[in-house]
Amino acid sequence: MDRIPILKLGGALIVTIQVDMHDRLALALEEDLTAMIARTGARGVLIEISALEIVDSFIGRMLVSIAAVSRVLDAETVVAGMRPAVAITLVELGLELTGIKTALNVERGMALIQARLSKDEEDGYGGDRDRHEG
Amino acid sequence: MTMDGTEVLKRTVTEDEAAILGDWTGALRESGSLQSGRIREAELQTQAKAVLAQFRDALAAGGLDADGEGYASLRETLADISRSRAIQGFTPTDTANFVFSLKEPVFEALRRTSAADASALAAGVWAGGKVLDRLGLHTMEVFLASREDVIGRQGQEIAELSTPVVRLWDGILALPLIGTLDSARTGVVMENLLQAIVDEEAEIAIIDITGVPTVDTLVAQHLLKTVAAARLMGADCIVSGIRPQIAQTMVHLGVELNVVSKATLADAFAVALRRTGRKVVRQQAAVAEERR
Amino acid sequence: MTVTVTKAETLPIRSGDDVVRVRQRVRALAIEIGLGLVDQTKIVTAASELARNTLDYGGGGDMRAEIVLAGMRKGLRLTFEDQGPGIADIEQALTDHYTSGGGLGLGLGGAKRLSNEFHIESTPGAGTRVTIARWK
Repeated sequence: MDRIPILKLGGALIVTIQVDMHDRLALALEEDLTAMIARTGARGVLIEISALEIVDSFIGRMLVSIAAVSRVLDAETVVAGMRPAVAITLVELGLELTGIKTALNVERGMALIQARLSKDEEDGYGGDRDRHEG
Repeated sequence: MTMDGTEVLKRTVTEDEAAILGDWTGALRESGSLQSGRIREAELQTQAKAVLAQFRDALAAGGLDADGEGYASLRETLADISRSRAIQGFTPTDTANFVFSLKEPVFEALRRTSAADASALAAGVWAGGKVLDRLGLHTMEVFLASREDVIGRQGQEIAELSTPVVRLWDGILALPLIGTLDSARTGVVMENLLQAIVDEEAEIAIIDITGVPTVDTLVAQHLLKTVAAARLMGADCIVSGIRPQIAQTMVHLGVELNVVSKATLADAFAVALRRTGRKVVRQQAAVAEERR
Repeated sequence: MTVTVTKAETLPIRSGDDVVRVRQRVRALAIEIGLGLVDQTKIVTAASELARNTLDYGGGGDMRAEIVLAGMRKGLRLTFEDQGPGIADIEQALTDHYTSGGGLGLGLGGAKRLSNEFHIESTPGAGTRVTIARWK
C-alpha cells in the first residue's frame, strides 16, 4: 500500500499531501505520524495541503485527530497552504478544525513551530533539555 | 377539419417561397427595425432567407410540431438571431415582429394557392398561425433569457468592481465594503478576499464595513464565514467601521460577531501593524528619541 | 420549468477507490458545465460525503450523474442509491453531529448545505436514495 512520506527537520515533522487522499491512505498517515512523533520526540507537525483539491469531513477528522494525538504527545500541529475554495467549502460544511493552527504556506508554518520550539527552550524544558539542566 | 392544413401549408411555402420571401422582407423593411440603424438591410435579408428555407424544411420534416426534432435547426437559428438582437438592444416588439411579420405573407400566399378551396384555405391559415405563433414565442423566450443573462453578467461585474481588495502594507490587506451585502455578492467578496490573501501572502485582512448601511443576521453570518475561512488558510481578519446603530441592531438581533473589531479602519490598521511587529511613530518624536 | 437531462452516467461505489473515482468524475462534469472553482469544490465535497455514506452505511451502491438543463440554466444532478438498512429517522440523520457510525456526523447535513437542491428518500430495510444538484 502507498504511504505518504514524513520528513524530519530539526524538532519538526513535515508532511506534504500531494495526492487525492483515499480513506485508507489517510488512516495510514495518521498511524505513521503518531508513531513518528513518539519515536523522534518531535514538538511540531507541519501538514502541507496546498495540493489538496477538497477536504471533506473524513480528511478533516483525520487532521483534527492528528492534532489531538500530537497534543497528547506534546507536539503542535500546523496545517499550511489550504486553498481558498477548500476553506470556503469547509466552513459551509460546518467543520471546525479545533486545536489546529493554520499557516498560509510552509515558511510561515515552520516559523510558528520554530517560535514554539524556542519558547520551550527559554522555559527550560524544550527539545535541548540537556543544555539547560546544568 | 377535413383538409390537412399541414399539407396545404407545406405545399404553399415550398411552391411560393420566392414570393413569400419578397413580401416578408418588404414587411420587415417597413417595420422600422432598419430605421433604428441597428441592423443592415442585407443582413436582415440574409436572415429572412435562411429562416424561410429552414421553415420550409422543418414543415416537411416535423409537420406542425414546433417543439419537435424537425424544428431543431430552425429553433437554433431563431435563437441566434434573438440573442444577437438582445445584445444589439432591439426592443422585444422588434424581435417578436421578425417572426410574426411572416404571417401575413404566408396567409397571402395561401390565399393565392388555395383561393378555390375554402376549407383548405382555412386549414392552412390555422396551421400557419399555430406554428408561427409558437416560433414567435420561442424567439421571445430566448430574447428574454439573453437579456437576463446580460443583466446577470452586469450584476456580477458590479459585484466584482465594488469589492476591490487593497494592499495597505506588506502582508496587510483591506477590503472596504460599500453598499448592501446579499449572499451572491458576499460570495464574490469572500472569494476575492481569500484569493488576495494567497496572492499577497497576507497575514491580516481588514474588512471595513463603514459603507454598509445595515447588518442583519444573514450579513453577519457571511462575515463570520469569511473570517472563519481566512483563519483556516492561516490569516486573521479584523472587522472595522461597525457604526453605533449597527452595533445596537446586532446586539438586539442576538448576533455575536465573534471577531476582533475596531471602530475605524485606522484603528484596525494600527492593530495590524502592531501584530506584524511594526510601530508607527511621529517623526519628531523618533528624532528626539535618537538624540537621547 | 421542465428539466431535461443532456448527459447521464452511472458509477459504482463498492470500495474506497470508487469514492476517489466518484470525486474525479464529479469534478470533470462540474468543469464541463462551467461551474466556478468554489462551486466545483462544493459539489465534489458533497459527492465525497454522500459516496462515503453509501459505502459505509448503505453497504455500497452507485451514483448516477446527470447534466441537466432547465431553460438556459445548466446544472449537475447526482443521485446516490444503496440497498442498505435505510434511515429510520431522516430528520435526526440530517442534524449536525448526529452519527450512527463513529463519523463526525456532518455528511448528510453538510452535503445539503453544499448543494442548491437536496432530496432524500429512505425506507428502513430497503435502502436510501439521496439526490443533490448544483446549478450554474
